[in-house]
Amino acid sequence: MLIKQLSVFIENREGRLLEVTDVLAKHDINIVTLSLADTSEYGILRVIVSDPERGREVLKEAGISAKFTDVIAVRVPNKSGQLQQILKVVSEAGSNIEYMYVLSTGVNSSVILKVSDTQPVADNLQKAGFILYKAEEVYSFQA
Amino acid sequence: MIWNETKECMSRDQIQTLQSARLVKMVNNVYHNVEFYRKKMQQMGLEPGDIQGIEDLSKLPYTTKDDLRDNYPFGLFAVPESEIVRVHASSGTTGKATVVGYTRRDIEMWSECVARVLTMGGVGRNDKVQISYGYGLFTGGLGVHYGAENVGAMVVPLSTGNTKKQLTLMEDFGVTTICCTPSYLMYLTEALEEEGKVGKIKLKSAICGAEPWTDGMRNEIERRLGITAYDIYGLSEILGPGVAGDCEYHTGLHVYEDHFIPEIIDPKTLQPVAPGTVGELVFTPVTKEALPLFRYRTKDLTSISYDKCPCGRTMARLSRFQGRSDDMLIIRGVNVFPSQVEAALLEMGGVTPNYLLVVDRINNLDTLEVQVEADDSFNFDEIRELENMTKRIERTLEQALGVVAHVKLVEPKTLARSEGKAKRVIDNRKLY
Repeated sequence: MLIKQLSVFIENREGRLLEVTDVLAKHDINIVTLSLADTSEYGILRVIVSDPERGREVLKEAGISAKFTDVIAVRVPNKSGQLQQILKVVSEAGSNIEYMYVLSTGVNSSVILKVSDTQPVADNLQKAGFILYKAEEVYSFQA
Repeated sequence: MIWNETKECMSRDQIQTLQSARLVKMVNNVYHNVEFYRKKMQQMGLEPGDIQGIEDLSKLPYTTKDDLRDNYPFGLFAVPESEIVRVHASSGTTGKATVVGYTRRDIEMWSECVARVLTMGGVGRNDKVQISYGYGLFTGGLGVHYGAENVGAMVVPLSTGNTKKQLTLMEDFGVTTICCTPSYLMYLTEALEEEGKVGKIKLKSAICGAEPWTDGMRNEIERRLGITAYDIYGLSEILGPGVAGDCEYHTGLHVYEDHFIPEIIDPKTLQPVAPGTVGELVFTPVTKEALPLFRYRTKDLTSISYDKCPCGRTMARLSRFQGRSDDMLIIRGVNVFPSQVEAALLEMGGVTPNYLLVVDRINNLDTLEVQVEADDSFNFDEIRELENMTKRIERTLEQALGVVAHVKLVEPKTLARSEGKAKRVIDNRKLY
């Protein structure tokens, strides 16, 4: 149920993000979705790819450090108040959202959640009736 | 005005005769009172009687900062601790301080030397001298303080920091001379301009030192404040400020040769070089009671001239400093060795000991950026964690170096490795 996201520390300079995407493209690794957190000096690229293990490997070979981070991919029905319901579950589990970004899957929308206690929050979300994506499903999203 | 014409204007013969007598006396004293030097001389087969005058100076061994560190804290003192009335300390290469001591007579000699420099800068008993060097273990504040009292000036001991107060008292008290680092004076100059106080103050001169500065910087300070600025040189191992200073002709720093015998050597062959040739400056302080050192290597690169100065003083003059023969940086007046950064990072953990120091001068204040590689094992998923890491490194470095550093985390394995000669420092300041 948990998704392996790659976290890549990159310096905030021209062309560096391109180098990362270049490596992934060359090895035929698809980027499913990504989010970029930035400061003036460095950024953290968070990326979900079709094959996280290989993704990390090829980046490492190219001299780019990437870490695995467990995240949750949860479907958000396209109705008002749905995101609020998800946040409520997280909050009631006593967990903290560290960051969140959107996973685009055609007509449905989904969000990627990074919380402080991943597994219990995932369980609670399912108990509350939300649909979580399986890791294989996420990795294989393609146009 | 010359503070001590008898000494400062001696003929070369008189200087050498005095130096010889003092050197012979010093070697005798050191041999019998400092075990470190006695052993060194014995190993070299040297006896006190072998030193008959300054022509024998080159027979004596060199002393380095490492020797002071190895004998930390008081191992090189030539008098009992009860004779020491003051200690000062500066940063050492590995974080261990270099400790220096003074007897009552050493303090008097120091005041005499600073009085000579101040008098050269036109300071007298009618002047009001604001001392904006740090007071404390650093020799700057107290060193200049005693000299300024010695000439009979009114001393305003402000130490560093609190710029607003510096400006207020300078105006209210009618300060005529300020003593501080040149970069701090540039900073004060800007603050004075901003507050529109330049025309209201009575400042006529500045005695600046503790860090290298260029003629260009001196000219700019003089132009913007309408004052005359003078250079004062020194290092704690030899004395502190007052080893040398420049006169109104700015033809180099007059060295007080009756107390400190200067030599210029080739830092590689360690052989003395001819006057006018650039090399490493070496001092033998022949009158120091507490800490008499043989041929102390300052690591400062300069050349020497024995020509008489138009001001009438006869003592040797040092040319503008050309740099250093080691990797020491002077940042905001504080001595910083790159190896200190390495030691601090290793001790801290979580980062690799790979780093790059970038020193610059922005708005006339030295800035230090330390680029550090994030360790590959560090989990950099969150900005917050990276920021905490950055702050932790900044705190560690500030404690280790004594100056504030801006830390920039860079990607793992992107800085040059230390095999061979890694470039650890980029100094963008134009100091020499």
